[in-house]
Amino acid sequence: MNQNRFAQHESYQPSAGYRFLPFQFLQFDSDRKILVNEVGEYLFLDNGVFEDFVGRTLKPRSDAYLDLKGKHFLFDSSSAAPFELLATKYRTKRAFLAGFTKLHIFVVSLRCEHSCHYCQVSRVSADRTLYDMSAETAKRALDLVFRSPAPDLKIEFQGGEPLLNFERIVQIVNEAKDRANDTGKHVQFVITTNLALVTDEILAFCLDNNIVLSTSLDGPAFIHNKNRPRPGNNSYELTLQNLQRAREILGFDQVAAIMTTTRLSLSHPREIVDEYVSHGFQSIFLRALSPYGFAVKTVKSIGYSTDGFLAFYKAALDYIIELNLNGIHLVETYAQILLTRILTPFTTGYVDLQSPSGAGIGVAVYNYDGDVYASDESRMLAEMGDLQFKLGNVHNDSYAAIFGGELLRTLVSSSCVESMPGCTDCAFQSFCGADPIFNYATQADMVGHIPTSDFHKKNFFIIKYLLTLYEADPAIRKLFWAWVHNTPLDQFQNYEVTV
Amino acid sequence: MIGRITTSLLSSEASRRDSVLFWKTVDPPADTDGYLAILTPHKNPVWRTRGPLVHSLSHLDYLGDGDVVHIAHDGFVRTLYRKDSRHNFILFTDQCNSYCLMCSQPPKPIDDSNRLWEHYRLIDLIDVNTSALGITGGEPTLFADEFIRFVEYCKAKLPNTALHILTNGRMFYYRRFAEQLGQITHPDLMLGIPVYSDIDSEHDFIVQAKGSFEQTVIGLHHLSRYDLPTEIRIVVHKQTYKRLPQLADFISRNFPFAAHVALMGLELTGFTNQNMDQLWIDPRDYQPELLKAVEVLSWSGLHVSIYNHQLCVLEPKLWPYARRSISDWKNSYAKECNDCLLKEQCGGFFQSGLLMRSAFISPIQMSAQKTIG
Repeated sequence: MNQNRFAQHESYQPSAGYRFLPFQFLQFDSDRKILVNEVGEYLFLDNGVFEDFVGRTLKPRSDAYLDLKGKHFLFDSSSAAPFELLATKYRTKRAFLAGFTKLHIFVVSLRCEHSCHYCQVSRVSADRTLYDMSAETAKRALDLVFRSPAPDLKIEFQGGEPLLNFERIVQIVNEAKDRANDTGKHVQFVITTNLALVTDEILAFCLDNNIVLSTSLDGPAFIHNKNRPRPGNNSYELTLQNLQRAREILGFDQVAAIMTTTRLSLSHPREIVDEYVSHGFQSIFLRALSPYGFAVKTVKSIGYSTDGFLAFYKAALDYIIELNLNGIHLVETYAQILLTRILTPFTTGYVDLQSPSGAGIGVAVYNYDGDVYASDESRMLAEMGDLQFKLGNVHNDSYAAIFGGELLRTLVSSSCVESMPGCTDCAFQSFCGADPIFNYATQADMVGHIPTSDFHKKNFFIIKYLLTLYEADPAIRKLFWAWVHNTPLDQFQNYEVTV
Repeated sequence: MIGRITTSLLSSEASRRDSVLFWKTVDPPADTDGYLAILTPHKNPVWRTRGPLVHSLSHLDYLGDGDVVHIAHDGFVRTLYRKDSRHNFILFTDQCNSYCLMCSQPPKPIDDSNRLWEHYRLIDLIDVNTSALGITGGEPTLFADEFIRFVEYCKAKLPNTALHILTNGRMFYYRRFAEQLGQITHPDLMLGIPVYSDIDSEHDFIVQAKGSFEQTVIGLHHLSRYDLPTEIRIVVHKQTYKRLPQLADFISRNFPFAAHVALMGLELTGFTNQNMDQLWIDPRDYQPELLKAVEVLSWSGLHVSIYNHQLCVLEPKLWPYARRSISDWKNSYAKECNDCLLKEQCGGFFQSGLLMRSAFISPIQMSAQKTIG
């Protein structure tokens, strides 16, 4: 046969010139820029190569040229492929929008026997009529929940301490299951509880209804009990004792814990992490205080600067990574969320970091009195007397008025990082999100002022730190992928081969 | 004619109608009524049979009950299906719209649509418990509507048989075509589709067809849209090895829905032999790129396999991904392999692969424990 029936390599090369596809960039360190496109794919380029690229003088066969082309930063032909692939990837990254509001938070009681320093909303009261959700309010709220087009719904019970109104939880779970049956929807339940009031009867109900528990553990006793006062000063002891019982009945992995960072926490990152490890938790969520709505006195005792939090976060994360590399499985949840956004084509269902913001369109809060809020922070503001983010009331307003009204539209249009000043040209835009309520509370403006925003400062720092770790260390790179898949490192792509 | 082999006499007339009697004993068969044909390895037997008699057949000793053969007018017997093999496939057409540098089954520019009946006939005759059947070519989708009809027929006749279709995926650029295939809702279908580069011009050069990258990658998305499982197949050679890690990243970002990614060694047959200068690289020399590609793909959550690579040439970290993939009738081993401790676990060679092989083929004899990190 004849060799020249095959065409030469040259005849398949693009003719000349290339054009840019949309991307943002940032000077990552002194030598390199990071380029990120609208679907979150990123590339590091040396400064000189970047100059060539944007100057349109990059050599067509160079590695950088091919890398930029393969990752959809440039195109050089009339092929529809880059646009079709980008379009699908863009849809995939925005999949959290599909289905509209999925998470529905029911504040079944505002009462609580704890009086945590960082909680703006709870009331220590025995008066059930004043602060508990009524059966009628619950019914009305469920009417709204089941108007949501989402096929998969999640109902989360919060408070106060929701177990103080357990009969309402029973009613809501039973009715929601019936309605889910009738409508062909799927519904999951979570109770956020301090566990102090948990009984075997309550746990049996949770088991029967596949209800997951989420509790608070702020660290060792001296931190936890300081942050979370209750009569007897035994919150830590009660939490752990009932955690044990809950795990026995529901299953070990059916109880998750989150921690809130206070000033006292800042100097104890290792002790807090060790506390989670010693109780067998597989994840820890290092959460900052919602830094608004406190009295000046409270800020003085528990508050801190964003720099203070970030130093704590970094120390704790470094320690968590060190533990993981030594065979102890513990995922830091916020890092896991960001890494999923950075490393995979997929999105996350985390409503507090989305663009547009998840407020109202990802999550809605039904307060004990029937008021509907766009997020948990919105109702905290309301408890401080600012009703700015009240979407309506289940007794007076229609679904259309609450979820299609002017307020929610404004929230959405004010929280698109693609167009927000300061975010629109940020390289980390596609990993990040917006929080119009935080901006409003801290800067009196839903769009906010990014250069002075603590929200920006925190996310920018953490994203950059995660990228730095990922790029620098192959062992951490593998660990981060294991976190993305929620798998212990020693079970992630490890195979014993015996010869 | 096409018929199902029986090695013993059948009592039912109805079953004889589809059967070919394969008679090895020296004595003539007692009753030859109603069979499609009688085959025998004996030279010039002086038997009297009712149907056509094909004799002096050598190399067909392996035929057994349930196998299916095609018998040409001149008596040439082709085996179409072997009941005990896991590697049965239908060569749907010899035509192709690509012209890959390393094609192992070079296409022929002939109209072979008049052979489609053979494929339907085969589906009628093969065992209903057949676990898997391949459909290959040429490019099987070139017959468009006829391809769709054939898959429907397979679903109806062989509802328990997995179909593995090797296609370049270009026809699925036409969304309606992907939709039609999806609407069949075949219970166990997999489309094996090659993507050779993250760069269109490189892929187009390798398959010798301008615009094929565009059609294939958009085709993959259309298949995903209609919930059709896909496997991405990459042949590793001199034109593809350098950007394997980038290709792996491209796949994880653009085709995260792929059910499987296969990284395959070169098969030294068909066009490959003519293009050896452009294709051959000792597999040992691309281990770093292969390792990185497997890491990228597997960490991202994709299911990865390495085909057609001898274990002694592969980086030990890659051994867990290596599969014994070579079809039974093409599989063989080198003489060094007899001394190798891992021969049983190793895929060995294509028979053709013994012509040109890695300089690093050597029996593995040490005793060691390796861990993939």
